[in-house]
Amino acid sequence: MTTYADKGSLTLSTRRDRDMARPAPGLVADTWNVMVRELRPVFREPASVLFAMVQPLVFLGLFAPLLPKVEDGSALQWFVPGIVAMTALMGASFTGANLTQEIVTGSHERLLVSPLSRSSLLVGRALKEVVPMLMQAAIIVVVVTPFSFDLHLAHVLVGVVLLSLFSIGVGALSFALALAAKDQDWLFWTVQQTLIFPVLLLAGVLLPLQGAPGWLRTASDLNPLTYVIEAERALFAGTLPAGTVLAGFAASALVAAFGLWVGLRTMRRSS
Amino acid sequence: MTTPVIRTRGLTRHFTRHKATVEAVRGLDLEVAQGELVAFLGPNGAGKSTTLRMLTTLLPPTAGTAEVAGFDVVRRHRDVRRSIGYVGQGNAAGHAQRGRDELVSQARSFGMSRRQAHERAEQLIAAFDLTEQAGRPVSTLSGGQRRRLDVAIGLVHTPRILFLDEPSTGLDPQNRANLQEQITRLHAEQGTTIVLTTHYLEEADTIADRVVVIDHGVVIADDSATRLKSSLGDLVRLGFGSFADATLGAERAASIPGAVVEMDENQVTVRVAHGRDLAAGLVTDLAWQGAPVERIEVVGPTLDDVFLDLTGRSLRESNETPENDDIKGAAA
Repeated sequence: MTTYADKGSLTLSTRRDRDMARPAPGLVADTWNVMVRELRPVFREPASVLFAMVQPLVFLGLFAPLLPKVEDGSALQWFVPGIVAMTALMGASFTGANLTQEIVTGSHERLLVSPLSRSSLLVGRALKEVVPMLMQAAIIVVVVTPFSFDLHLAHVLVGVVLLSLFSIGVGALSFALALAAKDQDWLFWTVQQTLIFPVLLLAGVLLPLQGAPGWLRTASDLNPLTYVIEAERALFAGTLPAGTVLAGFAASALVAAFGLWVGLRTMRRSS
Repeated sequence: MTTPVIRTRGLTRHFTRHKATVEAVRGLDLEVAQGELVAFLGPNGAGKSTTLRMLTTLLPPTAGTAEVAGFDVVRRHRDVRRSIGYVGQGNAAGHAQRGRDELVSQARSFGMSRRQAHERAEQLIAAFDLTEQAGRPVSTLSGGQRRRLDVAIGLVHTPRILFLDEPSTGLDPQNRANLQEQITRLHAEQGTTIVLTTHYLEEADTIADRVVVIDHGVVIADDSATRLKSSLGDLVRLGFGSFADATLGAERAASIPGAVVEMDENQVTVRVAHGRDLAAGLVTDLAWQGAPVERIEVVGPTLDDVFLDLTGRSLRESNETPENDDIKGAAA
């Protein structure tokens, strides 16, 4: 241990009121700051990213050989958009897990006292999950294209925008869940796990729901992810049916708006 | 006095717990002037952290008002946040983050350019002796290193007012001494207004200009440590060879105006103003009377004595009751 008496001065400039003179960053700058902060550990630890990237591929590799042969087009064409959406949903639903850790260790509190706006803390964290999602989607598409999968790039990009919107909503909900669970991370994981699989299965991510009984179809119709998946499948197939795609965007926008509303409300109440 | 940088009026905070209302802070009126170094001292659960959380916008008051840097903590919370530095009980830096990255993103949140932010980060890394640690994940740093990083993050924007919530809790004596040195240096060099909470008597005594003693949500004393203590006398302990001598000693001591005398077997304890000046005469007198003093000890009053005098409880013992953890409320 050394003493600090010999170290440099702690100020940058001599002007006392400099902090107030500086313009306040806006919502976009704040959100960007929060997102970049969240992404830094990811990029500093590339091995962890790679591992997360490989997971959906493992899933695909183990599941795709089981897909039945279909006459019109390939089963892979049907299956891939579901896996991309699943990966996005999984990633976004983990948003709150990082938050729980930061609540426990104290850095969340520091951010609350910083000038960053409450909404930027929420949106920035939710957006952070979109970036790995984009990379995962890219990897999946690159890997499956040599097989019986036709890549329609422009359509896929529209699909990715749609998924990003959906992910922001799910990320915000996950954030709210972490705030509500406070430092009990078991509570966060229990709720997250309990909800995520029914949502995925009811949307027909792994198996089509055509032959399902009525009650299951009704539950599926109430699931916003169902519309997102249908839109994704149409887009990945290179088609652009206006009704289906709009329904997908409407469902995503609804989830995003609801997520942000719940998230901001939870945040205001908890501080 | 110049315009205060912190001013509270009837500041109150209640918590509802298990349907019971806990009055954590009850009608606090407080003013802190620019450049003061104030310690909020009190046992765990006294309301000092709750007060700090209201002043730093983490917790809205139930009633009353508080202004920090001229801004109302509720209506102008963003301006308050831009004006203050805050070092909480936990770690400011995320454990998965690198220290340097956290300094940069904190600086960016105050609107510094990328270049300014990096310059400022390097400056603080050097000033807080974190050159080797700044590029490592925070989770791998020692407690003392993390605490230095916490303080560095709180100072990124050179705040006029710095709040520290129990800054030295959990640090070993060496790191605690280092931290206290940093705080006093910051105060001396920059004239930064510093408000910290502590339950360490020695800490309040050594570093603060002003000690605000808080108990059960109210301020029970507010003055410099020296003046708080000077209202109490010195403690003179006298040891005698026999019970008879001790009795004689106790009688003689009781004749001093204002002296409070206690006797325990062969030992006599006298609490009296200017005890250190009176002790020599007392010993000589008793030697003449045939009751020689065998051992003598004169102790100046501590802040614990002040607390004991005010509340009838010892601060040290109050801190040992485990269930009294400070109420953090719904925040966190």
